[in-house]
Amino acid sequence: MSTNTSKTHRVKAILSAIGGFVIVTLLTFVGLMAITFFIGRVIPIDPVLSVVGDRATQEQYDAAKIAMGLDRSLMVQFIAYVGDVFQGDLGRSVSTNRSVASDLARVFPATLEMATLGIAIGVGLGVPLGVWAAARKGTWIDQIIRVFALLGYSVPAFWLGLVGLVVFYATLDWVAGPGRVDIFYEGLVEPRTGLMLVDAALAGDWQVFWNALDHLILPAAILGFFSLAYIARMTRSFMLDQLGQEYITTARVKGVSEWRVIWVHGFRPIRVPLITVIGLSYAALLEGSVMIETVFSWPGIGNYLTVALLNADMNAVLGSTLVIGAVFILINKLSDVLYRILDPRSR
Amino acid sequence: MTTVQNWLLDDSPNSKIQANLGNSYRMFRALMRNPLAVVGGVIILTLVLAAIFAPWIAPQTPLGQDLGARLLPPSAAHWMGTDELGRDIFSRVVYGARITLMIVALVAIISAPLGLLIGAVAGYFGGWIDKILMGITDVFLSMPKLILALAFVAALGPGIENAIIAIAITSWPAYARIARAETMTFRNSEFISATRLLGGSHTRIIVRHVLPLCTSSMIVRVTLDMAGIILTAAGLGFLGLGAQPPLPEWGAMISRGRTFILDQWWVATMPGFAIILVSLGFCFLGDGLRDVLDPKQGGKS
Repeated sequence: MSTNTSKTHRVKAILSAIGGFVIVTLLTFVGLMAITFFIGRVIPIDPVLSVVGDRATQEQYDAAKIAMGLDRSLMVQFIAYVGDVFQGDLGRSVSTNRSVASDLARVFPATLEMATLGIAIGVGLGVPLGVWAAARKGTWIDQIIRVFALLGYSVPAFWLGLVGLVVFYATLDWVAGPGRVDIFYEGLVEPRTGLMLVDAALAGDWQVFWNALDHLILPAAILGFFSLAYIARMTRSFMLDQLGQEYITTARVKGVSEWRVIWVHGFRPIRVPLITVIGLSYAALLEGSVMIETVFSWPGIGNYLTVALLNADMNAVLGSTLVIGAVFILINKLSDVLYRILDPRSR
Repeated sequence: MTTVQNWLLDDSPNSKIQANLGNSYRMFRALMRNPLAVVGGVIILTLVLAAIFAPWIAPQTPLGQDLGARLLPPSAAHWMGTDELGRDIFSRVVYGARITLMIVALVAIISAPLGLLIGAVAGYFGGWIDKILMGITDVFLSMPKLILALAFVAALGPGIENAIIAIAITSWPAYARIARAETMTFRNSEFISATRLLGGSHTRIIVRHVLPLCTSSMIVRVTLDMAGIILTAAGLGFLGLGAQPPLPEWGAMISRGRTFILDQWWVATMPGFAIILVSLGFCFLGDGLRDVLDPKQGGKS
């Protein structure tokens, strides 16, 4: 009986966590759209003038204004804008002359591929480094890891990308240069998922696969370094909290091996808070990829955004901002709700 | 010397000034015991001195072209080499300290008081004022800062002033959160009620009693944020949206050097070292300040 009530209690807690997540996420989305709407419609001098040019007659100007729906009140315009966005209409890009939504769908997988490999590197190295630093607190190993992590907060991503290209591509020739694949491999595999590695593997074209990996590894590693810095710092601080607890001392007194104390007794409880940290750094990577993509001519959303910025292509700029912002918010809030569901204390 | 020290450390100070100076002195001594904080402080001091005395430190003017000396590697005459117009890179980096310092100072001056005020008002009044202000703050907080800054600069137009405004717009929410949390801890304290009873207005309480109590955690947070502000400003400069040529802004200099990166590596790498050094300096100093001013947070992260 008691297990039954605690079970319904738990289901209720999960449902309320999910309900809260949906409401907060939707509200934040509306806030995001309010900001992009504000930037797009209110800040530029006059959106009508930018369309008709400054030599248009008053009649042409008024006609264009009505055609663009700008004669309506701001509130009505905003509601129309939200409706457009939810239908996937982000306007037309001036520079590519295609709809921004289809452009973004085309470039997004490239960013996803790079950020995913980046986070894999960041987690794969950052978590062990953080645990190691905590286990050797105060020693020179801890200090080195600390300075290494602080570098992740101080090095400009674009600069590290350039230096990486000079060292690993131009000098050592360990990796391939900018771009996604060598030019003669371009368009060889059919883009089914848009993820070059997956597409090549599906097509069984391993030459393209290895070439794509060769191109991907350096930008992903540099991107991974930044999440590594954050993940290692947080892992260290979580671990220190755990290792200071009394049950750890008890385990040590009982004669449990140090390895077991650290990885079983110490590490297990911090897996849940780590999920939030990993989620946050994954979202931050999507943002960090803007700079890295520019340096590596990587055809992802960051590159698309910067090209649009330089061409003053406002629809493309705001569309990219909206998509990156939405993914960022979604990952943030999702890791939040995951934490609440997985945290044993909420059971 | 000892008399000054005794006066500063007096347990029963005779005036407000003496008490405040004594406190600052104690903090300074605590800070000096942290080696990384000292290193950070020295770096920031060097930045400030370089910015003030740039004309005396730099061997050449930052804009002086010498087409006969284009793209020279680092040497005794040109410590960091020369760029594509024959300008001395070391001189440009030194003058760049002025721009960097101006950017971080202005962003801090705009965003910290704004965040402080919004957070303090929300925390002090509570209720629906709190809900609305914190709702707006949370929306800004859950958005990617760099992307938001990029979009604002795109709308406002490229340039260093707009870059500063854009970064400030994206920086204040974190400060509002901190100020609100601080304010919540003492909004129901007796000294606040006493001031109310004595007829102090809400404005007076917020300005004279609430805001001063929030400043120390604010200083810590702003110092820690400086590295991020410098990186964002440099990133905007790198993309051509921040400081415009021929201004010797470090990010814009890296962007120019990108063209020659394979053969003349020093053009792009040298300003990068300046960015790393200054950002690290702020990180070290911020970490140290946190341990001194905000012991609750010390040891964490």
